[in-house]
Amino acid sequence: MFEILHTRQLTPVTKLFEVAAPLVAKAGRPGQFVILRVHGHGERIPVTITDLDPQAGTVTVVIQEVGATSKMANALAEGERFHDLAGPLGEPAPLREKGHVVCVGGGFGAAAILSILKGLKAKATHSSAIVGARTAELVILEDRLRDAADALHICTDDGSAGFKGLVTAKLEELITSGEPVDEIVAIGPMVMMRAVAATTAPHGIATLVSLDPIMIDGTGMCGACRVTVDGRTQFACIDGPLFDATKIDFDELVRRNKTYRDEEEAALHRYEQAHCRAEEAAAAATRP
Amino acid sequence: MPVISPSKTPMPVADAKERAKTFREVNFGYDPRRAMQEADRCLRCQDPTCQTGCPVNVPIREVIHLTSQRRFDDALALIKRFNSLPGVCGRVCPQENQCEGRCHVGDRFGPVGIGYIERFLADWERLHGSQPVEKAEPKGQKVAIVGSGPSGLTAAGDLNHMGYDVTVFEALHDAGGVLRYGIPEFRLPKDVLDDEINALVRAGVDIQCNVVFGKTLTLDQLMDEMGYEAVFIGTGAGLPRFMNLPGENLNGIYSSNEFLTRINLMGAYRFPDYDTPVKSGRRVAVIGAGNTAMDAARCAMRAGSEEVTVVYRRSEAEMTARVEEYEHAIEEGVQFKWLNNPIEFIDDGNGWVSGMRCQRMELGEPDEDGRRRPVPVPDSEFVLDVNNVIVSIGTSPNPLLSRTTPGLDTTKWGGLVAEDDTGQTSREGVFAGGDIVTGSATVILAAGAGKRAASAIDTYLSQKRGEAAEA
Ligand SMILES: Cc1cc2nc3c(=O)[nH]c(=O)nc-3n(C[C@H](O)[C@H](O)[C@H](O)COP(=O)(O)OP(=O)(O)OC[C@H]3O[C@@H](n4cnc5c(N)ncnc54)[C@H](O)[C@@H]3O)c2cc1C
Ligand code: FES
Repeated sequence: MFEILHTRQLTPVTKLFEVAAPLVAKAGRPGQFVILRVHGHGERIPVTITDLDPQAGTVTVVIQEVGATSKMANALAEGERFHDLAGPLGEPAPLREKGHVVCVGGGFGAAAILSILKGLKAKATHSSAIVGARTAELVILEDRLRDAADALHICTDDGSAGFKGLVTAKLEELITSGEPVDEIVAIGPMVMMRAVAATTAPHGIATLVSLDPIMIDGTGMCGACRVTVDGRTQFACIDGPLFDATKIDFDELVRRNKTYRDEEEAALHRYEQAHCRAEEAAAAATRP
Repeated sequence: MPVISPSKTPMPVADAKERAKTFREVNFGYDPRRAMQEADRCLRCQDPTCQTGCPVNVPIREVIHLTSQRRFDDALALIKRFNSLPGVCGRVCPQENQCEGRCHVGDRFGPVGIGYIERFLADWERLHGSQPVEKAEPKGQKVAIVGSGPSGLTAAGDLNHMGYDVTVFEALHDAGGVLRYGIPEFRLPKDVLDDEINALVRAGVDIQCNVVFGKTLTLDQLMDEMGYEAVFIGTGAGLPRFMNLPGENLNGIYSSNEFLTRINLMGAYRFPDYDTPVKSGRRVAVIGAGNTAMDAARCAMRAGSEEVTVVYRRSEAEMTARVEEYEHAIEEGVQFKWLNNPIEFIDDGNGWVSGMRCQRMELGEPDEDGRRRPVPVPDSEFVLDVNNVIVSIGTSPNPLLSRTTPGLDTTKWGGLVAEDDTGQTSREGVFAGGDIVTGSATVILAAGAGKRAASAIDTYLSQKRGEAAEA
């Protein structure tokens, strides 16, 4: 059991958890992930590490609600526990010693790039962050990102904060602005990572993206996480999760991630119904 | 001398049609009367060849004799001196190649049902409570066991018994290794496994799950910072092999490890009570013919598939699965296509597998290991319609360990190099055994390696204590 020491609701659907996991806090490196289970009958879900505090023995993760499991996770409060937490898993991000690294984060990915930015800062490598959200309220962890990156660019679809437009437009602008960019690391929804790959390819800049295939063990034992990179099958949990964006078969990954769409929808539906019933019962109990 | 009944006392089993729809255990086990009746079939040979067939040398003749005298506790205690997992091994050992394969009764009749008797004795103890075992004086030395499969659990049990302070580190959220995630409930009920593990915990073994050795903790941390004086590595050979055929990453194609882990470890057969789903469509093909393939095929039947076909490039004679598993699979309706090899997986147009192109094979010259090598028959291709495919062609050692743990010599196939009789690796104080050393083998071989390593660790640590006392 892994106690949740602190939480912060970042948007209506994203929540930050600081969890007591001393061994992981000590061993973890930027770019790695952990596997969580919410309860004893639960799924194992991979979640990117947002931050690590080896002194306090805590690991910070940010979870965005997409299905039943992430909703159950986000229903957990301070003082409650994750049933299981294993990590750090995957290979750490290669942190450059010099040059200019641009980290791009969309949605929850804005949290996921934080550990990498902090890692770069520790090495005194010049870094920029580009984070995107639909609207100003959905921009997450702005304070911490501003602290970690040398420059922070916020992009919103509606222009309510920062640059109006997609992260890729900002990225293009940055690349062509004259300041050299040596590497790009993008984490977020698959469409965004694909678009980033398409943006950087013509410029020939090394681009890494963090893949999130379906996983079970996260230790190389099942092969659920296999992805095709450069024509070869790789296990994202042990060979990744970061891969060269130009070499990834995204179509295959998008398709494989839909394998359990029906079951996921059914689970979400069941969860929401149970949730409603629980709320009604609670309301009934408080009625005079 | 009593007249020997020509065949084994039958094992009561669940009806094949009914059981093929549930995960309840297939074999019900002997009652005392059947166990004693079976034990009476033993000739008490001068040369108990059965014992030489046992990888851990259980004195089988004496165990059987005690059973026939209704001294069940004594019989079990005797087994346990050699094998700490009788409830498991009685169920899953390939007895036909081991003890029972060498039984002299078997020369003319069916061999004595040694496995069934072993299982009975273990179940008897589960029903009637175990005898307390005395633990040696605490030795004040810490030993770490990495991996909680049969090798790790056995080493942990023995070392704990000898008085060491033992912690088991397991990567997954639950202990047992393949016994937990691979071998299904209907063959090895998880209650049996839980009882074996709980007994270890009650005896004082500390089991820490969610610790991925090499990632969460390193060997140096264990030995230099945390005070473990010896480490046993029993991490198994868990990396699934694929065939590298066109279309292998289509939706609906699993490794047997994934399919079985979803079902056994994650409880997918009880979806939606358990959150993890599994797909087992109308037609399923399983590639390979080992125990893992049989387990996958039988799980697919139980998970609702209507037609399950095992496809193997060699013939029935080369199959490596336990005979009982094969027979049970046939009874349950699993079909077998021998001498067929898949060459391509076909897309249904939406990224799901819909067919498997195969080619027929025939047996040619024997290869290095003496098995006749299958060669393709020209112009023999055909397509098997499938909704799911389970690739079960074997596993390799997980590279995670060697990538993260320098200083341990590995073989060219990625296994750890360890001495056969001690498990000693290339690093002082570090021992290894089980599938990580031998490649995929059997539960009893892994358990036996754990036992030998435990005794070697005891020798090593006793010497260290001696040196410390002198200094
Ligand atoms: C489906 C299936 C059916 C089988 N059926 C039979 C049968 O009927 N009879 C038989 O005799 N044999 C059978 N076998 C083979 C038998 O199960 C294995 O030979 C045996 O389990 C090997 O034991 P082990 O202790 O070496 O490793 P495993 O049982 O593989 O256990 C290794 C453990 O180590 C853990 N681990 C791995 N890496 C790490 C790490 N880095 N840090 C921490 N923990 C780690 C794993 O999670 C696992 O729990 C079967 C195998 C399979 C897969
Ligand atoms: S998640 Fe199982 S091998 Fe990667």
